[in-house]
Amino acid sequence: MSDPVISVRNLQVEFVTRRATLRAIDGVSFDIAKGEVLGVVGESGAGKSVTGAAIIGLIEPPGRISGGEILLNGRRIDNLPPEEMRKIRGRKVAMIFQDPLTSLNPLFRVGEQLVETIRTHLPMNERQARDRAIELLTEVGIPAPEKRIDGYPHEFSGGMRQRVVIALALCAEPDFIVADEPTTALDVSVQAQIISLIKKLGRERGMAVMLVTHDMGVIAETADRVAVMYAGRVAEIGPVRDVVQRPMHPYAKGLMGAIPTLEAATDRLVQIPGSMPRLSSIPRGCAFNPRCGEAFARCFVDQPVPLPVAGRHVACHLYETVETVR
Amino acid sequence: MLAYVVRSIMQGLIVMLAVAFIAFSMFRFVGDPVVNMLGQEATLQDRAELTERLGLNDPVPLQFGRFLMNAVQFDFGISYRQGRKVSSLIAERLPATVELAVLSAIFALVIGIGLGVFAAIRRDSWLAHVVMTVSLIGVSLPTFLIGIGLIYIFAVELRWLPSFGRGETVKIGWWSTGLLTTSGLKSLIMPVVTLGFLQLTLIMRLVRSEMLEVMRSDFVRFARARGVSERNIEFRHALRNTMIPVITIAGLQLGGVIAFAIVTETVFQWPGLGALFVNAVQFVDIPVMSAYLFFVAAVFVLTSLMVDMIYLALDPRLKSGPGAK
Repeated sequence: MSDPVISVRNLQVEFVTRRATLRAIDGVSFDIAKGEVLGVVGESGAGKSVTGAAIIGLIEPPGRISGGEILLNGRRIDNLPPEEMRKIRGRKVAMIFQDPLTSLNPLFRVGEQLVETIRTHLPMNERQARDRAIELLTEVGIPAPEKRIDGYPHEFSGGMRQRVVIALALCAEPDFIVADEPTTALDVSVQAQIISLIKKLGRERGMAVMLVTHDMGVIAETADRVAVMYAGRVAEIGPVRDVVQRPMHPYAKGLMGAIPTLEAATDRLVQIPGSMPRLSSIPRGCAFNPRCGEAFARCFVDQPVPLPVAGRHVACHLYETVETVR
Repeated sequence: MLAYVVRSIMQGLIVMLAVAFIAFSMFRFVGDPVVNMLGQEATLQDRAELTERLGLNDPVPLQFGRFLMNAVQFDFGISYRQGRKVSSLIAERLPATVELAVLSAIFALVIGIGLGVFAAIRRDSWLAHVVMTVSLIGVSLPTFLIGIGLIYIFAVELRWLPSFGRGETVKIGWWSTGLLTTSGLKSLIMPVVTLGFLQLTLIMRLVRSEMLEVMRSDFVRFARARGVSERNIEFRHALRNTMIPVITIAGLQLGGVIAFAIVTETVFQWPGLGALFVNAVQFVDIPVMSAYLFFVAAVFVLTSLMVDMIYLALDPRLKSGPGAK
């Protein structure tokens, strides 16, 4: 693998509240290479979106990055002054949010928002920026872009708005893009189009993509590698085929097992018993231990770290004895 | 879009019609105009004559129609007390009130929006906390107390500003203005501040909370994610979205400023419409009261019409009609 575009090392994010300091992200590490799509899955509150926000420097107070580092093309970006970071945002790293209906400012024409972003990052005049905006709209598949560029967001359908949002994210050709559940708010029929658009653009432009989603189908179809997150930690990370089809971490197994299939006719849907712990009461040792059927004494004491097992990394004591001899 | 404008105007007309009816009823139900005009000593014949002359024997709808026709031509009859045409009384008093109210409105809007934006953007600075605390006092203090307090400090103790009246005025046509003389301007300061202060604090608090709300919205986050500068986010993206709810409420409040300058005018003995109305109430001067009622309604209708038009200019979603999402 070539040098990673984005490299997250042992990231920690904390939220300081009046009562306690809550650790939302605890020691997350991963790399994403040029043109690669990393899928990030996990339950709500597992820290997927916070990880994305941390990378592009948009953690809002009272949250803060309390440890680890984030490298963009080998350069550290998590400790840049805000103004420096702002220049990188949109230029080198971009983010797409969940809901295209609310991501666009309703009072400005689509073109105004595109031109504003383009001119923020690139030395262009109004005319050139507008031409580029039309090009971008064409690229994301908006018909009659010369006309639509003067439309207001409410004149676009949900899918078309998400395309506009993608165009906005691509304005300055970033190297890395976080897509935070980009299809959750869309009709099922449109979801596939948006996902394949993101995938296509990533390939063509050699962007590194971090795709946050609940949807395992989307991951299986789009991602090259997948990271399964649980309670702010990475449980398992590896190539999609391995992790989705032969998961090893008990949580990953539960998650993949919970995907209903048409072949196996079941009366009840499979589910993982219990629910994810609150940030304020993450158990000692492995965060998954209360819900894990395979937990043993050590799981209640030591926090497992991701170690290489069978072509992937798994953070589980079950596998440590097998391959890691210390 | 045209439908929207027409609908706004229709609504305004309906309100005016309803107010006209109430103003008309006042003549019939608040005292007997004939007795009011002729006094206790008049003979029965005099009364019958006057009743006939005033058209009070005609059927009620006809009287209402006549009243409407006159009102449209700004003819509200003759003041019972002063024996002069009500329309000329109002024309005489109007400039004082309009100058006071318009300046107050500008004062409240400019400083209110400015401070509100400041308090939202620098939410954690000590100055923002001071502003918020002072505004709380402003909201809870009654207008007359602010006026009296100002008079005590600036007129009685410091002797910087006059405590009552308009100062010297200059006539431009029928309009008398206090804006062109030093004493006129000095006289305006305290009434303007008194009348505008409550609105200022309300607008400021409204702007602040709306702006904080907008700053939390998804499109602001997305603008940040695109690297748009904070300045542009605050003053381009957020401010414009903040203005939409603010304009609605501020518009109605400013209508109130013009209409209900009564308290301020009384405190500063300001020779405006409010003072005229207070006198009219004391002497049951029905024509003046009904004309004032008309005036207040017209101000409210016009400001809300203006608010609707500004809305239309600001929010593109309205232009595509009610069918759009």
